[in-house]
Amino acid sequence: MRHATLAVPELGTVEVRGMTRQAFILRSALAAGAVYGIGTVGPFVGQALAQNKSGAEGDLEVLNFALTLEFLEAEFYRRALELDLSPAAMALARTLGQHERDHVSALQETINSLDGTPVKAPTVEFPMKNEQAFLKLAQTFEETGVSAYNGAAPRIESREVLAAAGQIAQIEARHAAAIRGARGEVTAPNAFDESLEMAQVLEAVQPFVKS
Amino acid sequence: MNEPTSETRGPEGPRAVEELARDPGSRKRFLKMVGGASAASAFSIFVAACNSDDGGGEDRSSGDSGGRSGESPGSGAASTRQPNADPREGTSDLEILNYALKLEQLEAAFYAAVIDSGLIKGSQLAMVKKFGSHERQHRETLETTISNLGGTPVEPAKVRFPIGTAKGVLTLAATIENAGAGAYLGQANRIRDKEVLAAALSIHSVEARHAATLNELVGRPFAPQGSFAAPLTMEEVLTSVQTFIVT
Repeated sequence: MRHATLAVPELGTVEVRGMTRQAFILRSALAAGAVYGIGTVGPFVGQALAQNKSGAEGDLEVLNFALTLEFLEAEFYRRALELDLSPAAMALARTLGQHERDHVSALQETINSLDGTPVKAPTVEFPMKNEQAFLKLAQTFEETGVSAYNGAAPRIESREVLAAAGQIAQIEARHAAAIRGARGEVTAPNAFDESLEMAQVLEAVQPFVKS
Repeated sequence: MNEPTSETRGPEGPRAVEELARDPGSRKRFLKMVGGASAASAFSIFVAACNSDDGGGEDRSSGDSGGRSGESPGSGAASTRQPNADPREGTSDLEILNYALKLEQLEAAFYAAVIDSGLIKGSQLAMVKKFGSHERQHRETLETTISNLGGTPVEPAKVRFPIGTAKGVLTLAATIENAGAGAYLGQANRIRDKEVLAAALSIHSVEARHAATLNELVGRPFAPQGSFAAPLTMEEVLTSVQTFIVT
């Protein structure tokens, strides 16, 4: 579903180091196994995040999925601070980075409060040497984030978890608009934002995951 | 707390008593998790913005056709749907959809009035037209959804906005869009149907984009509430937009 939207050119230029998509999904599955019990890992891998869990297990799956994305975003903005950025871009990297770190903390706390086990931060790598590359990748991540939350949130059963996810989703959308504005692009290109399945999102971010 | 849910309250008491407001335990846990961003503080900002003199000029009226109506979102429509089984739930999807429709009608009428005013030009006019187009599409989608669910879309209210200066108009636009985003967020976890929820979420994030864009345009932070957006209750939103409704 709308997989083509992920075929953004910069994803194809990303340097991949020793990490296949299958390995990434397996890693996710093992992390999930820690949460759900090892017996669930087999079908988890087989269906490549088929997203058919329900109830608290399903909520934990979504939360750990969101946590993985937020880890990736937070680290992305941290690395951006090492670049030679204009004051405006530096301010964006700082503000957005703070937001993503707060999202990481909130998701970890929520997962713990549900007696789940938060996934660990992935080791990541970003092809980002200048401001232009930073802003372009930032847009990719934020847009992916918006679609990821929009796609995953309807699967959440707990009203509290759904409310929290919505609070984060709105910030991701504001980030996407801010980054687009900084790039001189239309900030809200469509009347309705797209949604992506979890497996599609993980595939989209896989090139940035080293291990 | 155990206030009975009434389906027959008048305009002075919107029936949508928020679950979170009725459930201090849930609210406390929720607020703790999100670091204290509260709907109350967001609402204060919203009201302050509404009451400011940013408009700075004469009122100009603008209005959708149709008389005053829609005080009770979804009235007459909810009966086509099974009563909510969840005792915590006081509002049906149709009521929520009609509430959203009222907001989209208001937003669409606002942008139409802004364009008519001739105050906004150039790239800002292009933006206003684009956002207005989005609100019209939201309105149409909501109307279709309501009809498909067997409900009756509310008639648009006659509205009137303070439109005086370009800066004032853009500030009001920012205020309305931030409230719109908060309004959708406030309903997201009350929607029962997953498809309706998915549709609402796809609108929610677009309202958020509008809000962020307009905030920056008028010199406000694009995410004024920080890392977590604050939801607004139906009652808060309906009370605050009442100022634009011509009675």
